[in-house]
Amino acid sequence: MSSIKIIKPGLFTTIQDSGRMGFQRYGMPVAGAMDNFSFRIANILVGNDQYEAVLETTFMGPTIEIGFDGFIAITGANMSPKLNGKDIKMWRSIQVNKGDQLTLSGSSEGLRSYIAFGGGLAVPEIMDSKSTYVRGSLGGFKGRKLQEGDEIPIDTSKSKAEPGKYISPGYIPRYSKTNVVRVVLGPQDDHFPSEAIDTFLNSEYNITAEADGMGYRLEGPKLTHIKGPDIISDGIVFGSVQVPGHGSPIVMMADRQTTGGYTKIATVIWADLPTMAQMGPGDSIRFQSVSIEEAQEILEQYEQTIDDIKYRVENSNIIQEETKVYNVTINRL
Amino acid sequence: MYEKAKFLPAGDKALIVEFGDSISPEINKKIRNMYIAIEKSQLEGIIEMVPTYRSLLVSYNPLKIKYNDLCQALREFEDNLTDTDSEPAKVVEIPTIYGGEYGPDIEFVAEHNNISIDEVIEIHSSRNYLIYMLGFTPGFPYLGGMSEKIETPRLKTPRTKIPAGTVGIAGKQTGIYPIDSPGGWQLIGRTPVKLYDPFADPPVLLNSGDYLRFVPIDETEYKSILKQIEENKYEVKITSLDKE
Repeated sequence: MSSIKIIKPGLFTTIQDSGRMGFQRYGMPVAGAMDNFSFRIANILVGNDQYEAVLETTFMGPTIEIGFDGFIAITGANMSPKLNGKDIKMWRSIQVNKGDQLTLSGSSEGLRSYIAFGGGLAVPEIMDSKSTYVRGSLGGFKGRKLQEGDEIPIDTSKSKAEPGKYISPGYIPRYSKTNVVRVVLGPQDDHFPSEAIDTFLNSEYNITAEADGMGYRLEGPKLTHIKGPDIISDGIVFGSVQVPGHGSPIVMMADRQTTGGYTKIATVIWADLPTMAQMGPGDSIRFQSVSIEEAQEILEQYEQTIDDIKYRVENSNIIQEETKVYNVTINRL
Repeated sequence: MYEKAKFLPAGDKALIVEFGDSISPEINKKIRNMYIAIEKSQLEGIIEMVPTYRSLLVSYNPLKIKYNDLCQALREFEDNLTDTDSEPAKVVEIPTIYGGEYGPDIEFVAEHNNISIDEVIEIHSSRNYLIYMLGFTPGFPYLGGMSEKIETPRLKTPRTKIPAGTVGIAGKQTGIYPIDSPGGWQLIGRTPVKLYDPFADPPVLLNSGDYLRFVPIDETEYKSILKQIEENKYEVKITSLDKE
């Protein structure tokens, strides 16, 4: 089978798909790609199933020796990707040949890049997923982040990739260091006095250095509880905003644990999690409350946008720059 | 227990069905019945469910079913819940070697409670423990119902590595470490049985809502079971909970 070889692993590069769903009742964390949008688009651009495993790389990208003739696509944060030293474009399918060297460097905009390979990464599925759960030493490639010398098989025989696939510029998210992130209040918003809810929704919060795949601790005006920060442990989701005794919110991310005993004031809506995932320490957030009905309408638009992109990618073969700008709500407001 | 369950949104793709704000076997039973009712209904759009002490997290696809419709469907299930469980709770037997290198803190637990080591073993292994939920690490069971006669506070300084299978006590709780992990529990024994095996189907031995019982074994049995597990020949003993 064809493969890729890791020459330099970058800061934190792992194999991720949509995560390990269906096993949380056993205490198994979901893991999976942090930026659901970039991850799915990368796959769509190389003709893969949109939930196929990709490489997720954080802050500083890898150098990879390509061991096959085929296609790749790079989405997400801009890490100035180069093929054999020459700049290549993101958000489109790129033809590669055996022996090529792909280099990503530090991210200039956004935090996480995604690299999809036509045919997909051929690592075994564990509990229906190829995602790496690093804390549990499970999944992906040997259950860990990639290291120099790792060779990962690529199933190019399954590739349906074609040259010249791209998405219209209007669909490409622009990453900013300051973002409004929408939340649905609850499940434990009633454990907070109304002043705390007002503070939460009307203040700027900065992402601290304590930010990883499990969660982002934020810094800003402290939030007080009515009867203390602890609850009898219940379920946590991607985007849960929990507030422990120190009063600073923590946004739970892809590698979160399944259950927890802190009050959760709100939950970041699915369509804004890619925005969160591309933000890092020092960046700032303002939370905006939407109703559950609004949130589910926004989710429908989000999925519709991805469907539209998929349709356009599958039904266009003309290599040309599109200049039309579409109004989309993904990743920005 | 609340008269009616509360439905609490957990973002746009999940909600929490909360049955009460305490830890009790009655609430746990209700959660279990609800879990089974939802599973049997094959309601479209349900992705997965996570039972916890006093609630059930339901993940769903809002493109298939919207929040309000789901709440309505769940309310109907709740109103029609019956206690006639078609599947009675199971009791999973956990063979456990107590004391020695396997349970270095058993002496402390005995001293702390002014009883003998044998009494600690007798008390710990003489009842069925309800598995309220699994969490913390894959396969870690939150157990209820330990006797207060063996209650012991956590260690002041946690150990950095506790081997998988170790049985411990922390305050009023007892539990088993499914994977090597750091921890501050008083260690009283170890089971050779694997609570968590990522390559097994299912990957986790225990289910919330079931019970487990510690069965004392000696070192010969411990080694024999360990060997059987290595050879893939060991079968965990599971019995039905006697209906009282």
